Amino acid sequence: MTDKERFVPDEGMAPASTAVPGAGALEELHNPPRSQWQDVWDQFKSHRGALMGGALFLFIILAVYLGPYVWDIDATKIDIRARNQGPSWAHPFGTDQLGRDMLARMMAGGATSVSVGLTAMLLALFLGSFIGVLAGFFKRLDGPLMRMTDLFLALPLLPLLLVMMLLFREPLNAAFGPEQGIFILIVASIGVTSWMPTARIVRGDVLALKEREFVMAARSIGTTNSGLITRHILPNVLSPIMVSATLGIATAIITESSLSFLGLGFPPDFPTWGRLLFDATDYLQQYPERVFWPGMAISLTVLSVNYLGDGLRDALDPRIRGR
Amino acid sequence: MLTFTIRRLILAVPTLLFISLVIFLLLELAPGDPMAQVPLTVPPEVKEKMREALGLGQPMHIRFWKWLVQFFWIEPQVLIDHYLGTSFSAGDLRVISWQTRSPVMDIVIQRIPQTLWVVGTAYVVAILIALPIGIYSAYRQYSWFDQLGTFVSMVGFSVPPFFSGVLVIVIFSVQLGWFPSIYDTTHTVDSWDSFVYQLKQMIMPVMVLALQITAQLSRFMRASMLDNLNQDYVRTARAKGLSEYVVVMVHVLRNSMIPVVTVIALGIPSIFGGAIITEQVFKVNGIGQLLIGAIQANDLPMVQTLTFIFAVLIVLFNLIADVLYGILDPRIRYD
Repeated sequence: MTDKERFVPDEGMAPASTAVPGAGALEELHNPPRSQWQDVWDQFKSHRGALMGGALFLFIILAVYLGPYVWDIDATKIDIRARNQGPSWAHPFGTDQLGRDMLARMMAGGATSVSVGLTAMLLALFLGSFIGVLAGFFKRLDGPLMRMTDLFLALPLLPLLLVMMLLFREPLNAAFGPEQGIFILIVASIGVTSWMPTARIVRGDVLALKEREFVMAARSIGTTNSGLITRHILPNVLSPIMVSATLGIATAIITESSLSFLGLGFPPDFPTWGRLLFDATDYLQQYPERVFWPGMAISLTVLSVNYLGDGLRDALDPRIRGR
Repeated sequence: MLTFTIRRLILAVPTLLFISLVIFLLLELAPGDPMAQVPLTVPPEVKEKMREALGLGQPMHIRFWKWLVQFFWIEPQVLIDHYLGTSFSAGDLRVISWQTRSPVMDIVIQRIPQTLWVVGTAYVVAILIALPIGIYSAYRQYSWFDQLGTFVSMVGFSVPPFFSGVLVIVIFSVQLGWFPSIYDTTHTVDSWDSFVYQLKQMIMPVMVLALQITAQLSRFMRASMLDNLNQDYVRTARAKGLSEYVVVMVHVLRNSMIPVVTVIALGIPSIFGGAIITEQVFKVNGIGQLLIGAIQANDLPMVQTLTFIFAVLIVLFNLIADVLYGILDPRIRYD
């Protein structure tokens, strides 16, 4: 479809040992053979931003999921006498207009936001890889599936997401309860509207891989289609999938926060970072710092994930590796 | 090239029809009742009449057909009437908003200038900033300027507009008091002072939007320049004794602009689509805010028409980008 894909040479998946031809025959004799993942890790380590991004993302995940065990104030406990307090030892991030502890709310909100990000990413990734592999591998399916991808790309996504929120909120709330229902709704709608880039990238790579000799060899010894896909194709398209996974987390977190910010996300008493930010904008004049914490948390998470993805992309590309 | 364009144009028609059907069916499932705001004292049979007056009485396919006719047949006639003073559309029923009971397109026309001014300016500003940054950071790859540019564009990617918008409001309008935090769309520019005020109220939304767009464009420009800088023709140009300026700004830049121009074209629908969140933060009553308001008020004809207009723009500019790509790069042949 687009012609950028055509310019990508298909050597992207070549094993690392052949990527640098003639890189000292002597060294090869002395050094034990290295696995591909060791090379990837070495390249990844040399990308300082990616290392820091990875560490930060790990820290955020730990803080958000394990933090509540250390800081065990209930995020929904209302203490109206202690409302609108500044930072103190009892409440490091202060309290909100109902006296709820902001640190606890930040952790609870983060748990929701990060879970939505991870789950929606997994869903989008699954859909995208599935459709991409099918379209690339089976010629008959290529046309219809790619037309469908184009169609989804042509849909105005944010408006549609808003409409979906409006439509399915009530029935799902009734079926699964207000929190579970909206979680399913948000994850599903973000997943369904963000698989297209992954599908296109995976399809392009599968198309190139399909013509390679090792696939032909596997086919000639009688490997079935499903065996070919799981054994030979999927491991080789893993690196673009991993890169789009990191980018997918970032977009999913931002989309969820946008929905909450527009008032169409989680219910008001259920904190997420976007919701906390939205609530804090009402008190912008008096307590601007309350906007700062959730906004900073969203931005830092997305920033760390983006750096992680950047480093992964470099590390997984054998043409860059070793430079 | 021409046959390709025509084929794509023809293919766009079923795509758009299908998209409009998808949007229509999605809205059709809406549980919201447009009569929800009507007082409970109104008897049910009157409510039924009101429902029919909104056109809700008929079956689904007839309503979809009616919307199609209104959008594709009657609205263009209204436009022709408006410009030529004819009266083709006299007496025909247009797409009516349930909120205001006035034609949807009239409201859209009222809202478009605000969106175009704010978002369009941001886009132009972003292009003007992003291209030089991208060129220079590719030319001096891994220099401190490049590292800084990478960091700034990463931040631009990562900070969502609802945070950066609120942040600049806190800094520039709450703390410093330089700019108004709410965009006043009734403001008319008729003197130097009012022009300065207009500039002041535009600075913050434009800044927030431009940061985002700059981040994407400058990364793209840099990558595209890097692809070209190591090519053989660049070495040839240098070997010929051309000055460094000519090599970079003429030979490399022209080739690197090809993908960038198409990316810029692909971004244009978002100008019209309005930056929904930024408009919400700064209270710009443009297209994005119109859509949010319509969604919250269950104004289905408005939502349907607006989302469809966005879809048309996306499809159209996708096509334009593909055609541009073919025109700018003679190596690409679609036939």
